[in-house]
Amino acid sequence: MRDEHATRTNLLLLWRPLAFIALLLLLWEIGIRRQASHLLPGPWGVVGGIVDLVRHGLLLKYIVASLFRVTWGFALAVVTAIPLGLAVGWYRRAEMALNPILQILRPISPLAWIPIAILWFGVGDLAAIFLIFVGCFFPLMLTAIDAVQSIPAVYVNAGRNFGLSSAALVYRVLYPAVVPKLIVGLRITLGIAWLVVVAAEMIAVSSGLGFLIVDARNAGNRYDLVVAGMLIIGIIGLLLDLGMQSLEKVKSFRWGYSED
Amino acid sequence: MNALSQPAKWERFFWPVVATGLLLALWYYSVRWTGTKVFPSPREVEKGLAELLRHHVLWNDIIDSLRRVAVGFGLAVLVGIPLGLTLGWYPAANQVVNPTMQILRPISPIAWIPVAIIFFGVGDNAAIFLIFLGAFFPIVVACINGVANVPSVYRRAGRNFGLTPPQLLGRVLFPAALPQILVGLRIALGIAWLVVVAAEMIAVDSGLGFLIIDSRNSGKRYDLVVAAILLIGAIGLILDVAFRRLETLRSVRWGFRHES
Amino acid sequence: MSSMQPIAAPLPFTLKTKLSVDRVSMVFERDGNRTEVLNNINLEVGDGEFVCLLGPSGCGKTTLLNAMAGFLSPTSGEIKVDGEAVRRPNPRRIFVFQERGVFPWLTVEGNIGFGLSKVTKAEREQRIAYYVKMVGLQGFEKTYPQELSGGMKQRLEVARALAVNPDMLLLDEPFGALDSITRLVMRGELLRIWEAERKTVIFVTHDIDEAVQLADRVVVMSARPASIRQIVNIDIAHPRDISAPRYLELRDGIFQQIGLAHKV
Repeated sequence: MRDEHATRTNLLLLWRPLAFIALLLLLWEIGIRRQASHLLPGPWGVVGGIVDLVRHGLLLKYIVASLFRVTWGFALAVVTAIPLGLAVGWYRRAEMALNPILQILRPISPLAWIPIAILWFGVGDLAAIFLIFVGCFFPLMLTAIDAVQSIPAVYVNAGRNFGLSSAALVYRVLYPAVVPKLIVGLRITLGIAWLVVVAAEMIAVSSGLGFLIVDARNAGNRYDLVVAGMLIIGIIGLLLDLGMQSLEKVKSFRWGYSED
Repeated sequence: MNALSQPAKWERFFWPVVATGLLLALWYYSVRWTGTKVFPSPREVEKGLAELLRHHVLWNDIIDSLRRVAVGFGLAVLVGIPLGLTLGWYPAANQVVNPTMQILRPISPIAWIPVAIIFFGVGDNAAIFLIFLGAFFPIVVACINGVANVPSVYRRAGRNFGLTPPQLLGRVLFPAALPQILVGLRIALGIAWLVVVAAEMIAVDSGLGFLIIDSRNSGKRYDLVVAAILLIGAIGLILDVAFRRLETLRSVRWGFRHES
Repeated sequence: MSSMQPIAAPLPFTLKTKLSVDRVSMVFERDGNRTEVLNNINLEVGDGEFVCLLGPSGCGKTTLLNAMAGFLSPTSGEIKVDGEAVRRPNPRRIFVFQERGVFPWLTVEGNIGFGLSKVTKAEREQRIAYYVKMVGLQGFEKTYPQELSGGMKQRLEVARALAVNPDMLLLDEPFGALDSITRLVMRGELLRIWEAERKTVIFVTHDIDEAVQLADRVVVMSARPASIRQIVNIDIAHPRDISAPRYLELRDGIFQQIGLAHKV
């Protein structure tokens, strides 16, 4: 009896969100039918658009192109910004010296760098990777600085008390203490990278999901492909976020996140 | 936690000046040694900035960008906060809407540009719509999490004093979630500033983003490009600092960790 | 063995019954696991009485207090206040959490006035001033809780509770997080306030000395699932001399009842 009740509740939990999505799709379809211009596609048009993309082999190619750029730009930012940020955070004078520069460069939209990226790297992968790198570098560096500065002094003192060498102190106290904050920062930054790659591809290169959107519109108002591209961007972004979120659940990092 | 002793007062000015000076010198000599004719030196950027100011173009562009951000961000606040509070208050409703939001959220606002242009044509409204989209989701998510994280002690205390549900929302949950909501608003404002530049590079013909693209396309005026980039950084910084001041208001200060 | 028999001290017949707990049991179910928390609790509390619920940590006394407040409903049995079944929280019986319950976004004044939205502005101000004085927070009216000490926050929460003029106060280990000196002072303060206002007080604690110093009756509870082992009448007038033979006798009796040798 009780199990049956539980399954029924679970089904209800699953069905309601699906029903909501179905309702939105229905409203979308009705909205399209009642509209005269026929420029925007309905849900079926979008499904047709995705099928078209798959058939021409473009979907996979563009997804790979976008992910390739994100991976490189993000990875380069991680390996440079985090060690640099940790070091700068540890030495107070370094943090003082660089803070004003960081504060000015950080709020610059990475897309504003597009002309410079094209000037330096030409139209192509490198320009897009550079833009993603710039978009990720500053948030990551600030996260790393903040993570070091908010290590409670007790941890460091306790580590010294147990007679750890400098290297052991870094490895056994500082590193585990900053990891939870870094992971949160990485997750947010990966979201930014995904946002930037789409924009960069709309302007600076001729492949990838962002290019797909612009190209489908410019070459014949194929709005079914535009919306299909948007949908795929959303789904991949969601998967990336879920992937990063699962890092937060790793046991030895867990303590850093509130249990409430 | 920092290494080394407390820096002296003069160092607070000394080190930033040294670092900025070194950076400018590096920039200057890089331009000289590479002998580039395209990329400007700091001196040329300064002249470019002065030129923009003299022709009053700059002020109009700044005002246009700020107006778009203000309207788009304002709309996102007006719609997003009530929606987010409601969803945080009714977890059942949140469960229904959540999957839809999770898919829409990671779609780069820039990817909506073609759709925005269909809806609103090329112009202010398209840009405002994009900024709205960029700011809306972070605000809603911050409100949902903010309300969900309110300690149950506060809810119970509120119910104990006989508050009705709307009173509970207004007098307990909202103030208790406010610090977290403010953080969400600050992040959303940062994203709005990022999106406006991108939108202006594609969808309208005024504003700082347009200034960048226009300076490049009409005559490769890279001195103006860099001047505009630095301005975008400076204005973004001012917005961020202004917003942080809100966090020191007495009725929310408890929610923030403040140095000293 | 006779000391192991539950001895239910009768309610002094001069008091009318304020709260009655009638065969209350409570079972929590989570992920298919059944946890029995309360087992057949029967208790009557008189109007204006000060009762301590005493038991080991995690035994379920806080659960019982939550049920009295109306935050939880018992699996079986019934709790009545003034003859009426408790179904939801009510401003006539205010639950005092450890100091965590004060609202950090309101000043001292704002917190005390929190439950007073229905009275006129003049009366609200007058009541706030009265209770600020009663708990000794004069000069801190405009201060936010963040800047108060633990003991001050605790007094603030008691003042917020008293300001709505409830019949009953339900206190959940209110002094648990305070240092031992502040705790002693707070006990004195609470007794002073109780003697002035004569509210019915249910006070949850795991500290035997605290219970014997404060209560008219001490309800000694067993480990989980909690049942009542014994109800001890503390027949000593306030202020109590904590080195008097009768005090020590009662305290040691409870120590034995709980199964502790009173030695360190």
